[in-house]
Amino acid sequence: MAKHSVHKSKSLWDPAILRPAALDALKKLNPRTMAKNPVMFVVEIGSLLVSVLFVYDLARGAPVDVKFQLQLIVWLWFTVLFANFAEAMAEGRGKAQAATLRKMRTTTTAVRIRGAGDAKPLTPGYVVGAGDTVSATDLRRGDVVVVPAGELIPADGEIIEGIASVDESAITGESAPVVREAGGDRSAVTGGTRVLSDWLKIEVAQDPGSGFIDRMIALVEGAERQKTPNEIALTILLAALTLIFLVAVATLEPLARFFGGSLGVGVLVALLVCLIPTTIGGLLSAIGIAGMDRLVQHNVLATSGRAVEAAGDIDVLMLDKTGTITYGNRQAAELIVVPGVDAAVLAEAACLGSLADETPEGKSIVELTKKGGAEFALPPGAVFVPFTARTRMSGIDAGDRVVRKGASDAVIAHVKALGGAIPDTLQPIVDGIAGKGGTPLVVTDGARVLGVVYLKDTVKPGMRERFERLKAMGIKTVMITGDNPLTAQTIAAEAGVDDFLAEATPEAKLAFIHKMQEGGRLVAMTGDGTNDAPALARADVGVAMNTGTQAAKEAGNMVDLDSDPTKLIEIVEIGKQLLMTRGSLTTFSIANDIAKYFSILPAIFTGLLAFQATAGKPQTSAFWALNVMRLGSPQSAILSAVIFNALVIIALIPLALRGVKYRPLGAAALLRRNLVVYGLGGVLAPFVAIKLIDLAVRGLNLG
Amino acid sequence: MSASLGILLLVFFGLIALATVPLGRFITRVFTGEATTTGRVLGPVERLIYRAAGVDSTREHTWKEYALATLAFSVLTQLVTHVILRAQAALPGNPTHLPGVAPWLAFNTATSFTTNTNWQSYAGESTMSYLSQAVALTSHNFFSAGVGICVAIALIRGISRAETDKLGNFWVDLVRVHLYVLLPMCVVYALFLVSQGVIQTWAGPASWTTLDGATQAILRGPVASQEAIKMLGTNGGGYFNANSAHPWENPTPLSNFVQIFSIFAIPAALCVTLGEMVKNRLHGWAVFAAMTMIAIAGIVTIAHFEHQGNPVLWHEGANAVASAIDPSGNMEGKEVRFGIDGTALFAGVTTDASCGAVNGMHDSFTPLGGLVPMLNIQLGEVVFGGVGAGMYGVLIYVLIAVFLAGLMVGRTPEYLGKKLDSRDIRLASIYILIPAFLILIFTAAGVATEVGRAGILNTAAADVAGTTWKPAPHGLSEVLYAFSSAAGNNGSAFAGLTAYSADHPTFYSLFLGIGMFFGRFPLIVAVLAIAGNMAKKKRVPPGPGSFPVSGPLFTGLLVAVIIVVGALTFFPALSLGPIVEHFQLH
Repeated sequence: MAKHSVHKSKSLWDPAILRPAALDALKKLNPRTMAKNPVMFVVEIGSLLVSVLFVYDLARGAPVDVKFQLQLIVWLWFTVLFANFAEAMAEGRGKAQAATLRKMRTTTTAVRIRGAGDAKPLTPGYVVGAGDTVSATDLRRGDVVVVPAGELIPADGEIIEGIASVDESAITGESAPVVREAGGDRSAVTGGTRVLSDWLKIEVAQDPGSGFIDRMIALVEGAERQKTPNEIALTILLAALTLIFLVAVATLEPLARFFGGSLGVGVLVALLVCLIPTTIGGLLSAIGIAGMDRLVQHNVLATSGRAVEAAGDIDVLMLDKTGTITYGNRQAAELIVVPGVDAAVLAEAACLGSLADETPEGKSIVELTKKGGAEFALPPGAVFVPFTARTRMSGIDAGDRVVRKGASDAVIAHVKALGGAIPDTLQPIVDGIAGKGGTPLVVTDGARVLGVVYLKDTVKPGMRERFERLKAMGIKTVMITGDNPLTAQTIAAEAGVDDFLAEATPEAKLAFIHKMQEGGRLVAMTGDGTNDAPALARADVGVAMNTGTQAAKEAGNMVDLDSDPTKLIEIVEIGKQLLMTRGSLTTFSIANDIAKYFSILPAIFTGLLAFQATAGKPQTSAFWALNVMRLGSPQSAILSAVIFNALVIIALIPLALRGVKYRPLGAAALLRRNLVVYGLGGVLAPFVAIKLIDLAVRGLNLG
Repeated sequence: MSASLGILLLVFFGLIALATVPLGRFITRVFTGEATTTGRVLGPVERLIYRAAGVDSTREHTWKEYALATLAFSVLTQLVTHVILRAQAALPGNPTHLPGVAPWLAFNTATSFTTNTNWQSYAGESTMSYLSQAVALTSHNFFSAGVGICVAIALIRGISRAETDKLGNFWVDLVRVHLYVLLPMCVVYALFLVSQGVIQTWAGPASWTTLDGATQAILRGPVASQEAIKMLGTNGGGYFNANSAHPWENPTPLSNFVQIFSIFAIPAALCVTLGEMVKNRLHGWAVFAAMTMIAIAGIVTIAHFEHQGNPVLWHEGANAVASAIDPSGNMEGKEVRFGIDGTALFAGVTTDASCGAVNGMHDSFTPLGGLVPMLNIQLGEVVFGGVGAGMYGVLIYVLIAVFLAGLMVGRTPEYLGKKLDSRDIRLASIYILIPAFLILIFTAAGVATEVGRAGILNTAAADVAGTTWKPAPHGLSEVLYAFSSAAGNNGSAFAGLTAYSADHPTFYSLFLGIGMFFGRFPLIVAVLAIAGNMAKKKRVPPGPGSFPVSGPLFTGLLVAVIIVVGALTFFPALSLGPIVEHFQLH
């Protein structure tokens, strides 16, 4: 759905991102940064501990298995670095986008004609040379600037005077200029866009650094990233698992000493690192950043990660009818003759009556009548009779021929005034159309009633399929329209939405959202007008159109640069993808532990209890019987598990960044699928992978 | 698995499923305040109790008030029991003139019975007076069971209610569960036990002349009254040291079967209560199914390894093949009356639930046969579990399962229309963490200290380098089992461990006591806090996108989460105990 975008997705392994990410991975070793991620922090502390003890043992000349310990240390550090690298990569992709955005913010100057808080009246019109030239970064909220043609708009703001065409391609990627004017719903301008013609007087809406683009940059870079509620809950669970494993591993040393042995810090740390959920712990923040990034790729900017997450939970989608579901204007759908009238006669009259009508309705009537291939010439001497609010009819007068089309009661009065008769068959036709939510226009030639034009709203193609998809996701769609309930019902049925809100006022919208939220549902809506602002603010996900007013953009928590209301569907999918990716990788991470146990435990216990040969059987170690994978040696078993544990982070970076594919299936089907892939797969995959790594380790004579 | 065990399990779980429906519905009605026949009969008594105690039965508690009432009631009754045990010499009902219970033992025992653990570091018949047994200990058998059910009901209320901070009135729940559920059932049950030969008397020991002419005093007492609630309340504290292996506690195959049945009766019924109260019966049955699957797997495993027996004995020429006159297998520590299958069923059930009564010696099981009861306890006794405690325990696992898997359907995880937030997860984590910490850290302390090792019975045949104490894996298992049993509030033991002796009265009394207390009450507070948090939330109406909490998929998921979380936590420690012992034998 996204149009050509300036925020093109970079290739996953773009060197321009990889190189700085590798450097960042090192920088992120700073314990203060690491402490935010309890799982990886434990890995770092463990790695540090093993490294220091190794050096200490070497220094005091204690017997050390240098080859094994060194490899262990290297892979433990790699585990931390790989996790940091994943995060840095996600941030790098964001930064690449931010750089594009930042170009727009290159320092411009502005002509300030009134400072904030200054009450002096403004001279209307554009006075060349008035005001002071200041740097855009010095502008404060409330300042008024004037921007002539060819200049960049210095900051986000509201037009208070003037009309101009503006090139917004820098943020929307849409090359056609848009018209911006004071008052109404098209009065907001964004800093960094360019005035092409005329001039604008703009009141600055943001202090420097808090403008729209600034916020976008901060968010895509991940600098302002705060953990979302769900991420916090998951972090707690991961921390709890880490604690359990910490105790389970730490208590092993006294248990081993009970048997007269000692396991040593190195292998205990190795076991701990393999057991704690490093896979998800290492990728968790990358998943969050990547979710934001995907949104930007769809030309949607979110003001918080929380909003992206909430998008996955949306139960109710409120969509404006006009412009979203329908084309927004009524179009002639059918010509219905009064019995006894030839269809061609009606078509001609309808066409003549509409030729002079420049409204979309009028044009659509002409188009419809020409569909049969007929051409209707304007009679000589024809005079157009335009539509007026008083007559509620339009048509032509050509000599004594009087052709009219209009609202049925007005036309009936017109016919009666001419002494004509109203056929009994007319009213049922008119009522029938009105009953279906359409608009009937009666066509007459002189005093003779010919038939009725059926005007109706036209649903955009493909909408029904999209709503089916939403329904499959478990999302209820609600159409909002200013139409009467009857019209609304027809369109709703035709488009396949679940419900509609007719004769919607801003208050009604707000009340509807409130009612839905009271029932525990999460509501998403789109809007562009200032009067949408309260509802956008109230909705759990409020997507403002970029073409909308500043008030609307401020109220919502997302802005769609393409101003495409159906984008909500993609937004919801991105939200769901984010949650699914987290859940799937967590499940995978925990399921991996089973195989890791079977590779490490036999190896580390194998030195214990070797003494207890019973029943005449020599038993080097009873534990080696647990080595179900038949790994080569205790050392290679431990190394293989640690190497697998580190490499799996790298292997899963693409999945973390791209997200688990969302399919609009029911929850049960999705769950079954993901449980098989990530749960069962998570149990089985490491058995194979660790065995292969073990073969490699022994092949290279490393363990 | 033999055909006879298959039939035994089929009959057993079939009867449990059958009894579950009426009992579960009855319990629901008791707690929702709907009219019951017993309610009409006993209603006046109930109202009289409230009037006498000054309880406003219409005023409901917030989670904090509920928790405070639970704690206050438990701690206070524990103190009373402690005093009775210490002072039993001076109190009536002491025909054998037993001295007061020693201080550390009294602390350990009072804690044990208050927490529904019924760990016994003593032999009941020779330590406790009739009054101590029938009044102090038996009343705790009722109270601790009642408290467990109350907490489970409060949690279910929290889940089923929306936008309230009220969870019900603890005092009302406590009175109702006793008056309508526990007492009437126990009266009938005790009479049944008497009919089978369980004794019930206040008379002193019976004097008997043995075949070689010596006079023997045979200890007896009010057994049936204690036995009924011991099983039905998943307490497990025997009147006699031999517990349900003693012919006066468990005389016949029928009494044996009914005793096992009665352990699961209420915990299983609570699954139906769950389904009824949250208005999702299939969810209740999904939980029931998950529990049944784990229970059967455990029992079959025990039976398998016990039938297999001990290969070391085969080498010594013992019969390894079952025949009509020789069951073969491992009969050490088992009653011939019950056989391997009857003991395996009892052992599985008593550790699935937090009962801890035994009809055979778990310590004498084969290594892997003995691993199962231990693992059952370590999983948190959520396989039916203790009365109430099993239900709230399994619901914690349900929350974790829903949270993990719920993310995978692309929504914020929600359980029965309640979105799970970080507070729920934090509290559920605490619930899982505390017992794991208690078990692992105390076990480490037990084997690392001399005083801890002093209690261990099983040692290696020869000296072991680096030690002076001849360590054997089975010795570690004894300590691990003891602390698992304490923190899990089970009460059964690998009884080779001497947990109390005049030489070492403190270590195990104190640390097992701490394990029991902190394995119970902090968890109850966490559960009630979750209940309060759940009750506050809005309910999201279910839709096609909501997470399914019934059906085979959910059941399988729940089983997997219980096994994986429990097994991952304890697998290393178990490896050094029963698992390595197994490989040493084979």
